[in-house]
Amino acid sequence: MQSQLLPPPSLRKIPDSPTLLAEPTSMAWRNPHPAHQYNLVILGGGPAGIMAARSAAVLGAKVALIERDQLGGTCLNTGCIPSKAILKTSRLYADMRNAEQFGAQVPQVITVDFAAAMARMRHIRARLSRRASAERLSTLGIDVYFGMGHFAGRNTVEVDGQLLRFKKALIATGARPLYPTIPGLAEAGFLTHENVFDLTECPPRLLVIGGGPLGCELAQAFCRLGSKVTIVEKEPMFLSQEERDAAQILSGALARDGIDVRLNTDAVSVREQGSEKFVDLVSDDYRSTVVVDQILVGIGRSPNVENLNLEAVGVRYTRDTGVQVNDFLQTTNSRIFATGDVCLEHKFMHFEDASARLIVRNALFWGRERLSALTIPWCTYTDPEIAHVGLYVTEAIRKRIPVKTFTVPMHDVDRAIADGEEEGFVKIHVKEGTDKILGATVVARHAGEMINDITLAIGSRLGLDTLARVIHPYPTQAAAIKMAADSYRRTRLTSTRKWLLKRWLAW
Amino acid sequence: MLSDEDLLDRLERAAFEYFLHETNPENGLVADTNRTGAPASIAVVGFALSTYPIAVERGWITRDEAAARIAVTLRFFWNSPQGEQADATGYKGFYYHFLDLQTGKRTWTSELSLMDTALLLAGVLTASVYFNGATQTEIEIRELADALYRRIDWLWAQDDKSSVSQGWKPESGFLHYGWEGYNEAILLYVLALASPTHPLPATSYPAWTSTYQWENLYGLDVLYAGPLFVHQFSHAWIDFRGIRDRFMREKRSDYFENSRRATYLQREYARRNPHDFKGYGENCWGFTAGDGPCASTARVDGKYHQCFGYTARGVPYGPDDGTIAPWAALASLPFEPEIALAAARHCLTHYPEILKEGRLPSGFNPTLPGNNSHGWISEGHFGLDQGIIVLMIENYRSQLVWKLMRDCPYIKRGLKRAGFRGGWL
Repeated sequence: MQSQLLPPPSLRKIPDSPTLLAEPTSMAWRNPHPAHQYNLVILGGGPAGIMAARSAAVLGAKVALIERDQLGGTCLNTGCIPSKAILKTSRLYADMRNAEQFGAQVPQVITVDFAAAMARMRHIRARLSRRASAERLSTLGIDVYFGMGHFAGRNTVEVDGQLLRFKKALIATGARPLYPTIPGLAEAGFLTHENVFDLTECPPRLLVIGGGPLGCELAQAFCRLGSKVTIVEKEPMFLSQEERDAAQILSGALARDGIDVRLNTDAVSVREQGSEKFVDLVSDDYRSTVVVDQILVGIGRSPNVENLNLEAVGVRYTRDTGVQVNDFLQTTNSRIFATGDVCLEHKFMHFEDASARLIVRNALFWGRERLSALTIPWCTYTDPEIAHVGLYVTEAIRKRIPVKTFTVPMHDVDRAIADGEEEGFVKIHVKEGTDKILGATVVARHAGEMINDITLAIGSRLGLDTLARVIHPYPTQAAAIKMAADSYRRTRLTSTRKWLLKRWLAW
Repeated sequence: MLSDEDLLDRLERAAFEYFLHETNPENGLVADTNRTGAPASIAVVGFALSTYPIAVERGWITRDEAAARIAVTLRFFWNSPQGEQADATGYKGFYYHFLDLQTGKRTWTSELSLMDTALLLAGVLTASVYFNGATQTEIEIRELADALYRRIDWLWAQDDKSSVSQGWKPESGFLHYGWEGYNEAILLYVLALASPTHPLPATSYPAWTSTYQWENLYGLDVLYAGPLFVHQFSHAWIDFRGIRDRFMREKRSDYFENSRRATYLQREYARRNPHDFKGYGENCWGFTAGDGPCASTARVDGKYHQCFGYTARGVPYGPDDGTIAPWAALASLPFEPEIALAAARHCLTHYPEILKEGRLPSGFNPTLPGNNSHGWISEGHFGLDQGIIVLMIENYRSQLVWKLMRDCPYIKRGLKRAGFRGGWL
């Protein structure tokens, strides 16, 4: 399945659909008069750009932040925040339907109010966007410009007809959705994360193309909100980078929710008849057709490297991988840095946050902090959640590191049993023969919270033996981490040590 | 009450008789199950061929009769159509997973299966080692066995990758998925590495073992795989005691010990019984590939249970729908006889209706309402289950199959090329 770039948002027509909200009109904002020179000019007002601007401004730097569309970027407007908001509502409905398992009565009638769920999401988004508003950023001393910024010379950026001189610059222009070149798809119309949160009605039947984090999260959310969902993934499992057991558990969870799971499957053509979309699917030699009302595409994202005039300032890039950076997040022009979805393999908000701080130190204060020194976890917020930090087992083996995994199934954790949330596990990988933690995967309802213990341990170079000494309140689900650490300690009680202890205690 | 020896003898013989009753005498093909309309399974043929030496030694069949049956089977496979056409019997020396029991042609649009071909060849080679006599039939068996093995183009199945594909279909080419993680493919790799004509490169084996997961689970260090049959199938033919590949040398274990621990994991999971299914306990377990009650959701005691049909159930992550495969415990007899026998006796005592014609079913499920007082019981019998019962009970009693295959030069060569050292090698 080939993929293609969507044009940048400002050039894209909003699909003509009565179930989608029109884009909100941008607020009236007058760009400031440029300062004589800026310590840092930032192209892109997403999380990375805003964090860098704040960090630099707090330290007294003169900062300009340029945004061509909406401040807050993908995460706030069309990514993390809206998806988590509707995931929460969808999880509530799922718990209501499963109430019997918790010793409660299932309500006789469960009516999903999709409009209310979306309204709540928009309210949360609006509330959080106040932190990232142009006015708020201005009060911090940041000059905010709206418009299409691009490099105009070796130390200038042009935006809205004005030239901004910089000592250092940061490219944080983010990425946009890829969509597959399936015959008929563009004509039939489809959703991406950029417009799915504008829906006002829950599609009765939804096809999700792409079994990555976005596809799995939204497939589950929409299923729980009332859609009949089919999810199509061309690989043999979801989240192809994750541990097999994690992907297997997720696959089972999605199927249990009622999602029609189609792994090893490609969508090969789409045709529209009336308001229905017919999608042909192929899995090896098995062919089928699904009929849906909406198609949601989530097969990846492509860095926004166009129209920046990067060539003029010697910044190397490719359309697939984005801006080329070194371990200090410098581009091939040493005065220009890059971060976020435009250049990083891992497109996570918290990664951008950490890297933005790193860049401010490296760009403005001769810092030599390396990106590779950061310990970055990530999480897919399905139910159960899947979180990971550090190395996977296959990565460790490729690096010729002998690895052993300490596994605790959640059905061995008292609080997980009490909560009725036993699905999943904690797996902590150590270098065999030591307690050095190489990485970990957690699959649990609250995996995103639980992974923090292990991230802290890796980042602070604490071993599993030390984690075993960390007292966790009882009962908590995070105690699974201590249980894994305790398993490690028990393996240290070799037969020789046991014999010696027995001799000692024989007095 | 029967003694252990008598109990095992009865179960083993009854399992063997599946192959006497369910084989087409014209071509030697064996039914996948004894349900009406079942196709032949080449893997079941492999098990069948392996049971004949056992049956001869036990006096259940004469040597001549066994040799005649085997010769018919090998002649069929040698002469059957090989090609890219969709209704051939095989291609590139491999065979389709399921064949029409009468015509021997591909059926159920099944895949050209590498693993099932390996199981077939394991049986072929077992027969060729045992039938070492000077009669015309036994000479023919050895010649055909060698020819069938040499014909297999393992390199083609690698499809330019470092590891082999699971299968191929004329309609769509190689299947998407390969062999990730520990599974029953050791036998496949051993046979493929030892081929005198189209051997896989030695690097293909570590390419597979690099996907292994070595875990401490329920307090046991184990090379992890969920379904129990993974820890049993290759072991039906290969004696892994004391021989170690590079992975096991690093972990200071071996695949026999690993299977013993995997058996304990099954019991530990059943003790925990996280889904609160009926019947589970210290002496009632067996989560593996087998038949199941349905492929939908059933409501039992106010709870919704997702059920599965024939699927590979595993521990500790499932899928688990309350179905227990009672034969799985017997197949672990060589690794941990005490708990395996205890489990077998428990099932037969508490669920006596599961035994039909003296044989165990593919699965039973005490949680779901079914066709008898104790819940659902799989109808009929599955050839794979009966085959592994015969081989593993016999390996426990006399190590016959292990001894035969230790003398098979291809098995030795394949193990050595895979990096196994020590023990009887």
